[in-house]
Amino acid sequence: MKTTDELLRIKNLHTGFRIKDTYFDAVDNVSLTLRKNEILAIVGESGCGKSTLATSIIGLLDRNNTRIEGEILYKDTNLANMTEDELNNIRGLDISMIFQDPLSALNPLMRIGDQIEESLVYHTELSKNERKERVIELLQQVGISNPKRVAKQFPHQLSGGMRQRVIIAIAISCKPQIIIADEPTTALDVTIQAQILDLLIDLQNETGAGIILITHDLGVVAEVADRVAVMYAGEIIEEAPVDELFNNPKHPYTRSLFNSIPQLSQDSTRLNVIEGIVPSLMNLPRSGCRFSSRISWIPEEAHEDNPTLHEVSPGHFVRCTCWKHFHFKSELGGNQHVHAD
Amino acid sequence: MFMQIDNLKVHYPVRGGFFNTVVDHIHAVDGISMEFDKGNSYGLVGESGCGKSTTGKSIIGLEKITSGKIIYEGEDVTNKRRDRKSAYNRDIQMIFQDSHSSMNPRKRVQDILAEPIRNFLNLSPQEERKRINELLAIVGMPEDSKVKYPHEFSGGQKQRLGIARAMATNPKLIIADEPVSALDLSVQAQVLNFMKDIQNEYGLTYLFISHDLGVVKHMCDHISIMYKGRFVETGETKEIFEQPKHIYTKRLLSAIPDVSPNGREERKRERINVETHYQKEHKLSFDENGRVFDLVKVSNTHFVAESPKVKEVI
Repeated sequence: MKTTDELLRIKNLHTGFRIKDTYFDAVDNVSLTLRKNEILAIVGESGCGKSTLATSIIGLLDRNNTRIEGEILYKDTNLANMTEDELNNIRGLDISMIFQDPLSALNPLMRIGDQIEESLVYHTELSKNERKERVIELLQQVGISNPKRVAKQFPHQLSGGMRQRVIIAIAISCKPQIIIADEPTTALDVTIQAQILDLLIDLQNETGAGIILITHDLGVVAEVADRVAVMYAGEIIEEAPVDELFNNPKHPYTRSLFNSIPQLSQDSTRLNVIEGIVPSLMNLPRSGCRFSSRISWIPEEAHEDNPTLHEVSPGHFVRCTCWKHFHFKSELGGNQHVHAD
Repeated sequence: MFMQIDNLKVHYPVRGGFFNTVVDHIHAVDGISMEFDKGNSYGLVGESGCGKSTTGKSIIGLEKITSGKIIYEGEDVTNKRRDRKSAYNRDIQMIFQDSHSSMNPRKRVQDILAEPIRNFLNLSPQEERKRINELLAIVGMPEDSKVKYPHEFSGGQKQRLGIARAMATNPKLIIADEPVSALDLSVQAQVLNFMKDIQNEYGLTYLFISHDLGVVKHMCDHISIMYKGRFVETGETKEIFEQPKHIYTKRLLSAIPDVSPNGREERKRERINVETHYQKEHKLSFDENGRVFDLVKVSNTHFVAESPKVKEVI
């Protein structure tokens, strides 16, 4: 990949929350890059730090109770060190965000048109009439069939799918380079979900923006993503192009997740269950393989002392070495002789 | 067949006008019929607002029935649903979507579990304690959890306590309204496996209400697809997934993301194809008021809502 394609580079990011005067890292040493015209999916279960990662990028966390260390490089500037004012000039213009719950993300007392216009007023020097035209154009672009009427309506008058379209219209109003979509379809029905995902892809093809898609739904990832990063307990444990990850998952956590999905295409009677629970933020093991406690039948020698990401094939990174010796508990031990390598 | 629902209707009045009179009705559930066999699982699938939860609630008696009958073991129980003395009330139990808000936060687990026992089974305090321990063992929770409060448990554990409460009276039918949609994948798998286990052990019947077709396919033998308060298609799981007849079913199936990136371009084309079909044939598939047609027999188990005029299925 050419470096010019790179939109965003996250280097060794730590985001910690303060609990009784101690900071606990919810995002622990995460490095990622986002390229132009790419959908990067970040997957993980609740509490793995995926939303914290997104809000750190766009600077929406409460600065009094969080600590952000590391670099979030956008156009050679570090977003992590920016002041609120500097961030305001970037948010909405260069980086914008799509939220999960479209009703609570919209102001219930403002007309749809005015809400879309807001970021145009802030970031552009269009005249009032030009802005109005742009609002109609945007509503059309996100597939709303009668934009003039919708622009005059209030959020409660629209259905969930329409509201999410409005949110997307707001997000793309200033043609941002980067769109962060945090569970954009979780609150929607499947048929609406399919429409919204198709819309996101179409818009991306038009604008060439880079999209960070945060989701827990592996089906959504398989439908739209180009590259996938799987997070567990604040760390990225596997990163690969989408085909590679789904056809050739390596890390025990990724493989366990795939096995616990009730799929349409297969008839299995029992689903795989991951033993134990996700450790809470305060009780995270900060050294060694964080997944080791949940695959206790894998001998300790299989894990690295300080697990790092290893490139197993071009673009495919896996943390720790335990994947080489991993087998599901129901299977017989495939590799009895474990060498610490 | 131990239980039967016959032409169930739930209409909500819409009030308005000067005297706040009833001006219209919302047809939340508009004439559905179901039959339940022992030990089987029945799925009720549909988009939000289609009336699937209302169906579940009206069967258990949390919702008034406008018309229709519920026949339980040969007896009409439509008006006895809230009667504590009736066996129906004991034998039909429910698991809720949000296990957290369905439990009293000020009660300990032992009191939560004791409530159905005290209501329906006349047990001495010793027997009651024994039964609570049994229930906790059934759902695989340690015995000391009975002195804890609901907030001390994780989401999956709370859902299991919800199941334990539903199991307390040895029910025949459990209505599960989106039991796993608030849970993470790995926890969801745990709860689903576990629900299957107790079904096999106790011969339970499930009515599984969900919007997630993957989960329903995994759990159920028989699926009904609901739209605007009526069934558009009902049949064995295999029939629904392999030979969907109604355009609405096809649209729903095509919208589900597959957990594999292979061939996603084709799936997208297929999806758009079905969607245009759906828009075009909307008039043919539903009557002039947008109401779903009556069910027509396709095979012994497979029924589809089809226009009496158009016999040709696309």
